[in-house]
Amino acid sequence: MMGVLFYVAAVITVVAAIMAMTRSNAAHGLIFLIVTLLGIAVLFFLLGAPFAAALEIVVYAGAIMVLFVFVIMMLNLGEQARAREQSLLAFRYWLLPSMMAGVLLVELLLVFNRGLHPMAVETVTPKAVALSLFGPYILGVELASMLLLAGLVGAYHLGRDFLTKDRGRSQ
Amino acid sequence: MTAAMAVPMEHALVVAGLLFCVGLFGLMLRRNIIFMLMALELMLNGAALAFIAAGARWGNADGQVMFLFILTIAAAEVSVGLGLVLQMRRQIRSLDMNDASRLRG
Repeated sequence: MMGVLFYVAAVITVVAAIMAMTRSNAAHGLIFLIVTLLGIAVLFFLLGAPFAAALEIVVYAGAIMVLFVFVIMMLNLGEQARAREQSLLAFRYWLLPSMMAGVLLVELLLVFNRGLHPMAVETVTPKAVALSLFGPYILGVELASMLLLAGLVGAYHLGRDFLTKDRGRSQ
Repeated sequence: MTAAMAVPMEHALVVAGLLFCVGLFGLMLRRNIIFMLMALELMLNGAALAFIAAGARWGNADGQVMFLFILTIAAAEVSVGLGLVLQMRRQIRSLDMNDASRLRG
């Protein structure tokens, strides 16, 4: 039963990812990306990581995707941009990227081709994760907080419109 | 969830590799910066799935700790990246990376 659920969720995840990368409308691609993230959350849950599954939905499919939706709404991409994206999805643009990604995928599959190891799926509890996070990994947590602070300051700086004014003055 | 699962670790890693390759393919194919950021998210998720699968294989919490760090990096990257998208729209009136290939616009 668990195995069937895993494979169904895996197929939905990968198909939605391919759909997300080949849409010409950014909003449609975003919807498929959200389906991908929800599928990954199901995979996490089946792999015995319920805490990671909840965070995947709350932070990824919730917060980060809302940022994308806000930006797409603010930019209001028109029909012209959609037509341009459509023209960039012709087969001759597909060929080289799909070949390169395909070669990488074949290499990965060859690495995995050494025999199968069964997973004993024990649920790793949030308590174990927290003990590990605030024990041996405490330095990483501090560095992550510094990274988030840098991201906050950077996003605030980039979001201001003084760069545009400065450019207007220099011309 | 103590019952032995019928899924070997390699199949979870194959799914992670597929997600990463789809993200890489999208990153090379698309020129719209929003789609390129979405492709980066897919690649990060593929890496996260590999970590979670490895953590499940050995019943270890370290995989989920690494997933938390990936989540943090993705959040910081997306906030700065979308700020850059807004500036790009203001300065060169386009979201196409080919229009932004020169320094100083």
